[in-house]
Amino acid sequence: MRVALFITCFNDTFFPETGRATVEVLERLGHEVEFPLAQTCCGQMHFNTGYQREAIPLVRRFVEVFAPYEAVVAPSGSCVGMVRELYPMAAELANDKRLLYEVEELAPKVFELSEFLVKRMGVTDVGAYYPHHVTYHPTCHSLRMLKVGDAPLELLRAVRGIDLVELREARECCGFGGTFAVKNADTSTAMLSDKLRHVLDTEAEVCTAGDNSCLMHIGGGLKRQRAGVRTVHLAEILASTEEAN
Amino acid sequence: MTLQRSPDAFSADAGKTPTFEQSAKVSLADTQLRRNLGKATQTIRAKRAAAVEEMPDWERLREAGRALKERVTRHLDEYLLRLEESVTRAGGHVHWARDAEESNRIIAGIAKAHDAEEVVKVKSIATDETKLNEYLEGEGITAHETDLAELIIQLAGETSSHILVPAIHKNRAEIRELFKEKLGARGLSDDPSDLTNAARLYLREKFLKAKVGISGANFAVAETGTVCVVESEGNGRMCTTLPPVLVTLMGIEKVIPAWRDYEVFMQLLPRSSTAERMNPYTSFWTGVSRESGDGPNEFHLVLLDNGRTGVLADERGRQALSCIRCSACLNVCPVYERTGGHAYNSVYPGPIGAILTPQLVGIGKPGPDSLPYASSLCGACYEVCPVKINIPEVLIHLRGRVTRHKQDGGGLKGRLDPENAAMKTMARVFSDRKLYEGAQKAARVGQWPLARDGAIGRLPGRLAGWTESRDLKAIPKQTFREWWKARNGSPENGSA
Ligand code: SF4
Repeated sequence: MRVALFITCFNDTFFPETGRATVEVLERLGHEVEFPLAQTCCGQMHFNTGYQREAIPLVRRFVEVFAPYEAVVAPSGSCVGMVRELYPMAAELANDKRLLYEVEELAPKVFELSEFLVKRMGVTDVGAYYPHHVTYHPTCHSLRMLKVGDAPLELLRAVRGIDLVELREARECCGFGGTFAVKNADTSTAMLSDKLRHVLDTEAEVCTAGDNSCLMHIGGGLKRQRAGVRTVHLAEILASTEEAN
Repeated sequence: MTLQRSPDAFSADAGKTPTFEQSAKVSLADTQLRRNLGKATQTIRAKRAAAVEEMPDWERLREAGRALKERVTRHLDEYLLRLEESVTRAGGHVHWARDAEESNRIIAGIAKAHDAEEVVKVKSIATDETKLNEYLEGEGITAHETDLAELIIQLAGETSSHILVPAIHKNRAEIRELFKEKLGARGLSDDPSDLTNAARLYLREKFLKAKVGISGANFAVAETGTVCVVESEGNGRMCTTLPPVLVTLMGIEKVIPAWRDYEVFMQLLPRSSTAERMNPYTSFWTGVSRESGDGPNEFHLVLLDNGRTGVLADERGRQALSCIRCSACLNVCPVYERTGGHAYNSVYPGPIGAILTPQLVGIGKPGPDSLPYASSLCGACYEVCPVKINIPEVLIHLRGRVTRHKQDGGGLKGRLDPENAAMKTMARVFSDRKLYEGAQKAARVGQWPLARDGAIGRLPGRLAGWTESRDLKAIPKQTFREWWKARNGSPENGSA
C-alpha cells in the first residue's frame, strides 16, 4: 500500500530514530512509504493548551498535505488522536463546513502505527528480533482516545527473543499530558514517581510505548534517578532484527 | 492535616481564589493526605469496576442516561414549568432563585417564619455552593449537617474535598480525636462502628428537635413532581420525614422528564458512586403528606439557577450540566488522587469540578480559569462517567475559551504575555516549511550551552518545572527529514 508517513514535529526533531524505524518496518512489510516534506505540526500543542485559533492554519495545512493518500501512519498515538478526535472541533471553531467535511473524510485514513499494522493490515509478526527484558506502558491517548487495545502487545508478543514483563497499574497515566507537565509540574511529577516505581518493579531493561512524548517524560525521570532502564519506542523494537543485534 | 481556607470559587471574593497549581503544591506536600487519598480512591475504583462488570448492558444504560440528560438540557424550560405545576398540584411551594443570595434569602425566610433556630440538613452540594450555612448563621440559625462525613468536616471547621466522601482526606484516628473534643465522646475507639454510634447519638436529638429540614435533590420528576434523595446512612430519610417543614434546594438541571426514567438512573448511580448494586436509602416524596401524617406538612422546592442558564448557551460546555454527582470521575482521576479536592478551591472538585466551576462562575477569574488545565487529559474520567460526559473534550474547549478571553479581553497585558507570544511565534513557524526547518536547526545550535551527554538537566525560566524532576533529551544531529532527504535524494513530494 502507498502509505504517507506522518512523522510529527516532535519525532522529526527529537527522535529521528523512531521515524527511521517506522520506515523500516513499513517497507519490510512491502509498503511504499512516502514522506511529504510539506508536513510540519498537527497543532496539538496549540489546541490543547488553548491556542485554538492559532491551531486552525495547522489543521488546514495537515489536511491539504495528507488528503491525497490512501493511508497516513504516525508513530504517535496522541498526534493521531488530535487528528481523529479533535480536528472536527477545530473545524467547528473555524466555522468552516468545508474543512469539517475534509477532516471527516481524512480522519478514518489516519492510523497510529500499531493499529495500522494489527487492525488495518492484520499483521502481528513483523519479523523482529529483540533479546531484552521489556515492559510496555499503554499511553492514555492510544488506549482511551484511539482504543488501540492490545495491538501493541500483540506485536510485541510476536517479537523473537523478547522477554515481555507485565507492568503493574499499566493503564495509569504517566503524568505527561503535554503542557500539563510544565504548568502543573508538581502534580505531574507525583504521577511520574508512581509510574517509575512500577517500571522499576518489573526489573525490565527497556520500557516501551507508542508515544515518544510520554517516553521522554518517563525516560527523563529514569535518567535523573540513574535507574539504568532505557526507554525505546515500539517502532524501534519492531524494526530491530537478528542482523542488527 | 493542614487546614486550607482560601476563598473558594463560589465565595464573594472568588476573584482572589488561588490557582490550582498554587493549591496543589500545598496538598502534594501533605504526605498523610496523599496516603489517605491514594488508599481510598484505589479501593473505591476497584469496587466500582467490579460492580459495573456485572452489568451486561452497561454501555446501553450509559447511552440512555446521556440521551435523557441531553433532552433535559435542550428543553429545560418546559420541564421546569411542568415540574412547578406538578409540585404545586401535590401541595408544595415552588420558588425560583436567580442566584445564591436570592436562594439563601428564601430559605432563611422560611425558617424564620417557623421560628426555627436550628435546622437539620442532609448532604447537599447546592447549599455548599450557595454558602447557605454561613448565611443562616448570620441570621441566627444553626444548621446541623447530618451525614457522618459532613458532620466530621463541619465539626473540624473544614470544607469538603470529595462530592460523595467529603472527609476522604481524614483517617479514623483523626476522626476519633475530633469526636472526643467536639462531641465530648469519652473512651472512644477508632473502630468505624464506634465512631458512627457516637455521631448517631448526637444527631438523633437534633432530628427530633428540628422544625425545619433542608435537603438537596438527586432528581425531580417533571411529570409527577416527585423529588428523590439517594443516600447511604438513613439521615436523609430522617431529614425529609421528621421535621414538619421540608425545604429542598435543587439546581435546575436536576429535573428529569418522567417517573420511568428512574429505571435508568437508579441503575447507573449507585454502582458508579458507591459501587453498590443499590444504595441503602432512597427517599421519594411528592408534595406534602396529607392524610397519612407521615412526613412534612409543608414542602418548599427552591429551584436554583446561579449561573446554570448561562452554561446552557455553550453547546459543547453544557454537557457538564448532565452530571449526576456520582463522583466516579474523581475516584479514577490520577490528578485528584494526588492533590485531593481542596486544590480545586471549589465545592465541585475533580474532573467534573474542573469543567463545571469555571462555567458556573464565568470565565475570567484566575483561580477557576486554572482548573481546565488541572488535567493530563488521560481520559479516565470519560471512560467511567455514567452519563458519558466527554470531560477531556470540555476541558480542551474551556482552555480555548480561557485563552481567547485573555487574548481578546486582556488588552496589552494579554498580548504581551510570554506564553501567548511564544505560542504565536511557534504557530507562525509551523505554518511555513522553511521557517520550520530553520527553527529545527536553530534549536539544535541554541541548546549547546544546556546539553551534556545527550541530555539537558536544567531549563531556564518557565520551563524549569520540567527539569526539576526530569532530564530533557537533547536534539540529535540529524532530523528525520534530513535523513530522508539524504536517503531519497531529496524528492519533493507534496507541496511546500
Ligand atoms: S461527571 Fe460523570 S462521573 Fe463525574 S460525577 Fe458527574 S456523572 Fe459522575
